[in-house]
Amino acid sequence: MAIGVKVMKRPSDEVSYIRATLKGMALTFKHMFQARVTMEYPEAKSTDDWRIATRWRGTHRMMTDEQGRSKCVACGLCPQVCPANCIKLVPGEDEKGHRYPLIYEIDEFRCVFCGYCQEVCPEEAIHVGVHYENAEYSRDRFVYDLERLQAQTHPVSTLWDPADPRGQ
Amino acid sequence: MSPLEKGFLLLAVVKMIAVFSMVMVGVALLTLMERKVAGWMQNRPGPNRVGPMGILQPAADGIKNFIKEETRPVSANSFLFLLAPALSFIPAVMLIAVIPLAAPLPVDFDTVLPLIGRVAYHGLMPIAVADLPIGFVFILAFSSLGVYGIALAGWSSNSKYSLIGGLRASAQLISYEVAMGLSLIPLLLISGNASFSDIIARQQQGLWFIMPLFLSFFVFLISGFAETNRLPFDLPEAESELVAGYHAEYSAMKFSLFMIAEYAHIVTVAAMVATLFFGGWDIPFTHWDERGGLLQTIVTHGFFFAKMFFWIFFVMWIRWTLPRFRYDQLMAVGWKILLPLSLGYIMVIAIAIQVIEHGFGWTDPRAEGLSLFVLNLVLGWLVFWVLDSGRVVRGIAPRARSAAASGRGN
Repeated sequence: MAIGVKVMKRPSDEVSYIRATLKGMALTFKHMFQARVTMEYPEAKSTDDWRIATRWRGTHRMMTDEQGRSKCVACGLCPQVCPANCIKLVPGEDEKGHRYPLIYEIDEFRCVFCGYCQEVCPEEAIHVGVHYENAEYSRDRFVYDLERLQAQTHPVSTLWDPADPRGQ
Repeated sequence: MSPLEKGFLLLAVVKMIAVFSMVMVGVALLTLMERKVAGWMQNRPGPNRVGPMGILQPAADGIKNFIKEETRPVSANSFLFLLAPALSFIPAVMLIAVIPLAAPLPVDFDTVLPLIGRVAYHGLMPIAVADLPIGFVFILAFSSLGVYGIALAGWSSNSKYSLIGGLRASAQLISYEVAMGLSLIPLLLISGNASFSDIIARQQQGLWFIMPLFLSFFVFLISGFAETNRLPFDLPEAESELVAGYHAEYSAMKFSLFMIAEYAHIVTVAAMVATLFFGGWDIPFTHWDERGGLLQTIVTHGFFFAKMFFWIFFVMWIRWTLPRFRYDQLMAVGWKILLPLSLGYIMVIAIAIQVIEHGFGWTDPRAEGLSLFVLNLVLGWLVFWVLDSGRVVRGIAPRARSAAASGRGN
């Protein structure tokens, strides 16, 4: 016995080796003919067993009104509430007194996807999205500007609702 | 050189190239098969991205391994570090050279070739690269040579994990080599010859050696697993303990050579089990295959391949079923169970053959085989009773009930 190996006292008359091996082999052989459980991702993005949660918080999307302008009124709440400080907002005002964002950029690398921006937004303009395919060829592509945020089409996250805590 | 010698050499070279390329392609496909089998046993589809059903995966892996960076640890002994993969690869591939892959093919030609001159060959051509009269001893010798590559790889890498892997490999292979060699002595006692063609011929006359020599088969199979360094005997690489063991410091094609060596060893062990215990290229219940001819050669090769393929699959099956041994348990199995078992079995079989051939005077291979088979039924039952505390024979229920009665069962 090797040095320091702790030897358990086992009921050796009840220990089976060959039978256990044969049983194990029967089990693995049976598994060869069972249904495959793999979801083959790029072709299948959801199965009956798994689909992405409606409360998934992914990369952002800016909602637009009927004229295609962003709903954002540049109130400044989202950069204020953002714990990661990833939203850059420069407000502007047109001649009729409507506020709008001159610059609205979200650095998705800094973002921690807490969803506070969506929660705090009075105009329901900025949203976190139900989306996860974000690959890009360069890092600077991950600073999403206003145009890009508006161009996103993926569904947006359903935030936690105190009246419906389990999301039913 | 005479035309006959030239003809012999020409055929040998052709066979060499054919067998070598078959082994290399086969080994490449085995890596795919392993991953497919692993996937299926875990309810996954396995690799299926490269080519239809993933059939081109080995090609992709090969190309990847060629273009990867060759790394070498600064403190490694560079000569031995380079030599080790070759040392483990060459014996592994050489092993397949002596195994008869099909029934001998009658060849008869006498012709003049450009550059070579007149070549001739008359008679049966064995479908083995070299049908050595000591093929059996050759296999034992060369399969143990593989340990040099592994031990050198572990030592020359100058890394603690590699060193432990190399040491484990040498201890393990030497221990199981003993049991492996001894387990095959009864087979030599029956066949009376160490050449593979004679061993196959003896099995064709009598029974396949799995029946009269079941315990030999059992010990050989287990030590064969140990020789290939496969689970449950993969302690030399043991990725959960030793990173990758002896090949932890290797990259790119040098690492690939170790993989190829491992799979070539699997092929050899499967081919040996098929040849030694399942009649090689023999087709059971018929003598048509012994007549000789092109069709016979092709069909018997198919049969040999099917037997070998089953045992290759079996090796993978075991790998994805059993966990790894603890090292002292591994040594205990080798020295305390397999070695005494095979030694005792040699005694029993030697006495039994003496009694059967000279006591009863049954020299017919079939009668001798059958009487040894009956003896093996008894011996096998006894051995499994002792090894397995009676469970494989008696079943699980009485044990559980008696355990529950004595208050230990839970």
